[in-house]
Amino acid sequence: MTIIDSAAADDTRARFRIEKRARLVRLLAGGEWTVRDAPRVDLELRKLDLGDAAEAAIDGMAITKLDAAGAWLLVRTKREMEEAGKRVSQFTLPEIYAPLIHTIEQEHTAPPVQIAERHTFQAFLERTGRGTIGTLRQGYGMLGYLGRFTIELGEAIYAPRGNLRGAALIHQIEEIGINALPIVGLLAFLIGIVMAYQGADQLKRFGAEIFTINLLGVGILRELGGLVTAIIIAGRSGSAFTAQIGTMKVNEEIDALQTIGLNTFDVLVLPRVLGLAIALPFLTFYADVMAMIGGAVMCYFDLGITTPAFMRQLHEAISMNTFLVGIIKAPVFAIIIGLVGCFEGLQVERNAASVGKLTTRSVVESVFLVIVLDAGFSILFSILGI
Amino acid sequence: MAANEREVVIKVRGLVNVMGGKLIHDHIDLDVYRGEVLGIVGGSGAGKSVLLRTIVGLNRQREGHIEVFGEDPTPHRERPENSVQMRWGVLFQEGALFSSQTVAENIQVPLREYTSMSQELMNEVTSVKLSMVGLPEDAAAKYPSELSGGMKKRAGLARALAADPELVFLDEPTAGLDPISANQFDVLVRDLQKSLNLTVFMVTHDLDTLRATTDRIAVLVNKKIKVGTIDELRKDPDPWIQEYFSGVRGRAALAS
Repeated sequence: MTIIDSAAADDTRARFRIEKRARLVRLLAGGEWTVRDAPRVDLELRKLDLGDAAEAAIDGMAITKLDAAGAWLLVRTKREMEEAGKRVSQFTLPEIYAPLIHTIEQEHTAPPVQIAERHTFQAFLERTGRGTIGTLRQGYGMLGYLGRFTIELGEAIYAPRGNLRGAALIHQIEEIGINALPIVGLLAFLIGIVMAYQGADQLKRFGAEIFTINLLGVGILRELGGLVTAIIIAGRSGSAFTAQIGTMKVNEEIDALQTIGLNTFDVLVLPRVLGLAIALPFLTFYADVMAMIGGAVMCYFDLGITTPAFMRQLHEAISMNTFLVGIIKAPVFAIIIGLVGCFEGLQVERNAASVGKLTTRSVVESVFLVIVLDAGFSILFSILGI
Repeated sequence: MAANEREVVIKVRGLVNVMGGKLIHDHIDLDVYRGEVLGIVGGSGAGKSVLLRTIVGLNRQREGHIEVFGEDPTPHRERPENSVQMRWGVLFQEGALFSSQTVAENIQVPLREYTSMSQELMNEVTSVKLSMVGLPEDAAAKYPSELSGGMKKRAGLARALAADPELVFLDEPTAGLDPISANQFDVLVRDLQKSLNLTVFMVTHDLDTLRATTDRIAVLVNKKIKVGTIDELRKDPDPWIQEYFSGVRGRAALAS
């Protein structure tokens, strides 16, 4: 007779002992078979050698406490005995645990849960494929959305049926435009300062510091003013569109609008996109002015150029075209930011995590598209020779 | 009452809660005994969920004393394996499953945190819990967003039961379920309670659930609490309690 003893010292801990006779192997279990001791008992049970006896028995009458984890270990051992071709002639436990054992034996027949491995090469390929398809679908969906926006806007202008909501539009202009004045103004002012400082630093070497003003005028008015404003607004308002519409989607408010018979496009999308298209050119103009002021301040302190001299030089450096080339891009940026924001908002699924995910995506996409479009404009203007 | 000799699992004494300047609980006393199912009912805004949240330590009470298993239910920083968090499970209203993890990973969170189980044993235990709450095995690999409301609650219950707690808190377990699913959930709670000898603290509005599963009921009314069996409470003269148990819905649920 062999006896394997498991943690005999402490009386309350789970313990078991194996008795091997010629044709019978008995597992005698006792103590508290709970989740606390399950890890240890599990390892010991796995190492168990039951021998080649034809008959097996489990005697758990000495068990003082049993929970689902402990019960599972007993049931698993019993199943292993059966799988090894033994006849389990006895499986006894105190009467109070009968319902628990019954529940586990009856309900549980499935194999253990598989936790999928995630970092394999196959998973990488799958992700790449999914990503590609997802991006293409996204592009396709966005194109369709642009088409729908064009049609709805055309209808709103040529065949108005009250679908242009004035109050909502004014509210959006206030929210997107006026409320953004402090942040846009401050950032543009700082960019003006930085550009003037860096320009002056380089041009001083050639004694051409007065051309800092040309650099400022052309750089800000043509490119940076519009670009920086668009990027700030993509982060501020584009994300807000996605979050607002997305939250409404989660709350089933969009569905409610539709069942009331309202066109979600008229109610949610048009005021936002149009509001943005109206507000962004003004914001860009404001940013241009603030950046010029920043530049002028820096020129005065760094180069000693007074404001009248600054104005004279600026007047010579830029023409109306320089300003127009910058400002003409603003409505296009606005429509892209607005459409991406609303589009992503409507993609939100009915769970809270989705709102955050799509808000992030909305900002990344609109900043990306704004920069790509800006590059496109540069090429276009150089071909046109403007 | 004979219940005096039974072990008290949750002990609430002189609890006062104030929310937004409004008194919610006015010196409440409550005992929950080992192995019983206690239902908490009360009108909207009566503070049922606040009571649950206060007991599990999510809401700090203004006054009063709470003991769970004879201990203060705030986590032990130095000995997490002995803290009461390991001995209870909480099922939130919408399941509160971690959305970035699959159902199986959700269930394994308490196991990973509180035990040193091998991954193999954890997978086996997860599978056992899933079948106990009546979820199909393919639910294990799904994310919470792919589950229906009823499945989310079952998965939430499986997570609450993962580390084999002695005490389970259920916040409106049958709200939002169809009558058949709600009924199944009642049977499930009762079965699990019997086989695991759980103590269940359940906030619910569902009269069928109350009748089918609870041993005693605590009614929150006028900032106070009244505890008794359904039959005892039906004799209570309080108008809200009378309305609750003797209104059309109440009579229908209790007559069946």
